Formats: sequence, structure tokens, C-alpha cells
Amino acid sequence: MAKVLVVTSGKGGVGKTTSTAALGAALALNGQKVVVVDFDVGLRNLDLVMGAERRVVYDLINVAQGNAKLSQALIRDKRLENLALLPASQTRDKDALSEKGLARIIRELRTLFDWVICDSPAGIERGAMMAMRHADAAIIITNPEVSSVRDSDRIIGLLDAKTEKAAKGERVEKHLLITRYDQARAGRGDMLKTDDVLDILSVPLLGIIPESDQVLRASNLGQPVTLANPLSAPARAYSDAARRLMGDNLAINVPLERFNLLGRIFGGRAA
Amino acid sequence: MSFFGLFKRSEPLPATAPVARERLQVLLAHERGSPRNSSKMTALKEDIIDAIARHMLVKPEAVKVKIDRRAEVSILRIAVDIPA
Repeated sequence: MAKVLVVTSGKGGVGKTTSTAALGAALALNGQKVVVVDFDVGLRNLDLVMGAERRVVYDLINVAQGNAKLSQALIRDKRLENLALLPASQTRDKDALSEKGLARIIRELRTLFDWVICDSPAGIERGAMMAMRHADAAIIITNPEVSSVRDSDRIIGLLDAKTEKAAKGERVEKHLLITRYDQARAGRGDMLKTDDVLDILSVPLLGIIPESDQVLRASNLGQPVTLANPLSAPARAYSDAARRLMGDNLAINVPLERFNLLGRIFGGRAA
Repeated sequence: MSFFGLFKRSEPLPATAPVARERLQVLLAHERGSPRNSSKMTALKEDIIDAIARHMLVKPEAVKVKIDRRAEVSILRIAVDIPA
């Protein structure tokens, strides 16, 4: 049974696209068939983070309007054959995506993949509503910071009101993914602790992704961090989160960078 | 501040996260209150206050409106403190 996930947050810049790419790749590494879908019409970026920006021919809206077949728009990842990307349109208006067209695409994607991961645009406008519409489960990306937590709370309310599941009287399964977590600052009492965020939002925790240079390095290279540097702290945190999505019961901790003495001495890239 | 005070090591700054936590809790408790029901209750309360105000002088905070939901019936309780 395919599962449709929406990666959402309300607030921009908290790590939705990074997390979509990292989790998508991690699930694919575990042998799952995965498609990541960019819903940010007009401001697409998932293609760039996935390193597929030069391979985009057709997009979500072309398929929704019947001008291209789904198989023509899907871009198969060059590193993992069971990972695909469905890009958003960069030139079209965000209203060009029709409800009907989208419903048909999601139905078709469900038959082709185990996981359909919808990367939501920021905000609570139409694009964000379309991204969550067909979701079975939501991953709410939150930074431990007041405006991000407030916006997450708002999004949680919308997931309970504006989704297809909500219309049927069912609930969208929710997971909280805390990103850009800085343990040193939390320890000094200058960053909301994980328990604070969990208490306030009361959504079960999927994982804690530590703040790390590796995330920027990976996006510079056009690689999901789970592929660029699988042993780095954020990659391990994302991989664990992916396994929890698959039902594994793993204890949640904040992975730390391993201090790689040999690597430093020899200047190699052992990690 | 004395001249030498400038060279004194400053106290460690107080933690700010607890303030963030408290502000969020207060704000979200306010923003959440299920909008549909609370607006209905607010409207009902205003109507009741208006009706009473036509006959006597009461302060808005003297009117308490509450719904007890039970399995069979729900009870609407209206309590008005009237000045002696």
C-alpha cells in the first residue's frame, strides 16, 4: 500500500526541501520505491537540491493539464534507480494546478511507488493546501524557535481541517521533525528544548536533525545529505527518521559529528 | 558605572528559552480555542448581555455562559451577578 506524505511547516526556510530530499533518498536506500513531488509552483527548488535541475522537461502542471504523460515528467534519480522526482513548474501560475488533475496524478503515483513525498511550499495559501490535500501522513518540520513553532501549530490545525482525510472524518497521521537543532545552545538555555516543542505541539517526534555544515555542502553539490555524506550527523538522523517511518522502533537521540582524527591528520575524506 | 566596572566580567546572560516557551503557550492557547464554537459562544454571550442590559445595569464580566455536554442532553448554564 502506497503512502502519501506531505512535508510541511507553514514557515519558510526551516528545511522542508532538504528534508524531503534526505528522507526520500534514505527510504530509497532501504529498498523502497519513492517519488518526491515539488508543489512549490513558480519557486521550484527540489530539482536543484536533488541535482536534477538540468533534466527537467515536463512538470506537475503539464501532467495535471494532460499535456504530458506522468512517465514523461518523472525524472529517475541517477544514483538510486528506485528514487524519482516530479518537478514543479517554474513558469506557470500557482493556480494552474487543478484539483482534479492533481487527484488523478496522486492516484497514479500511488500505483507506481511505495512512498509519495509531497514537498509543500511555505505559507498557507493554495499551493500548501494542495500539497497536504491527499496526504495520509504529515511530517511537520519545526525549528526550535518561536515563529516556527507557532506556524507549525497553525499547520497542524489545517491538517485536521482541510485534508481529504479530514473531510472523511479520518485523521492525518502526524510526525514532528525538529531541524537545525543546536545542542550547545539548548544546553545553555537559549534554544527551545525538544521537550518544550513536543509539549507545546503535542505531535509525536520523528527525529531531531542537528544543525550542520553538511546540509549546505550537500545542497551545494545537488545531493540529498543522506547520499552526500551518509555518516554525517544530519544524515544519520534522517536515516533513522526514515526507518521510523517504515515502522522500525529506534530510540531517538541527537547524533553528534564523529571527531575523525585520522581524517583530519591525513586530510582525507574518511567520513 | 565606574571606569573599572567596564573591565569586570559580565554575569552570564539569563536563559531565554523558558521565556519563549511561556510566550508560546499563552499565545497558542489563545489562537487554538476552536474558532467555530468559541465564536458561537461569544455571540450568545453578547446577546444575553444585551438583553439584560435593556432592563438593568450589569457589567459584561458578571455574565457567565457555559455549556455542559453530556451523553443525553447538554445543559446551557447562564449565571448573572446582579448588583444588590
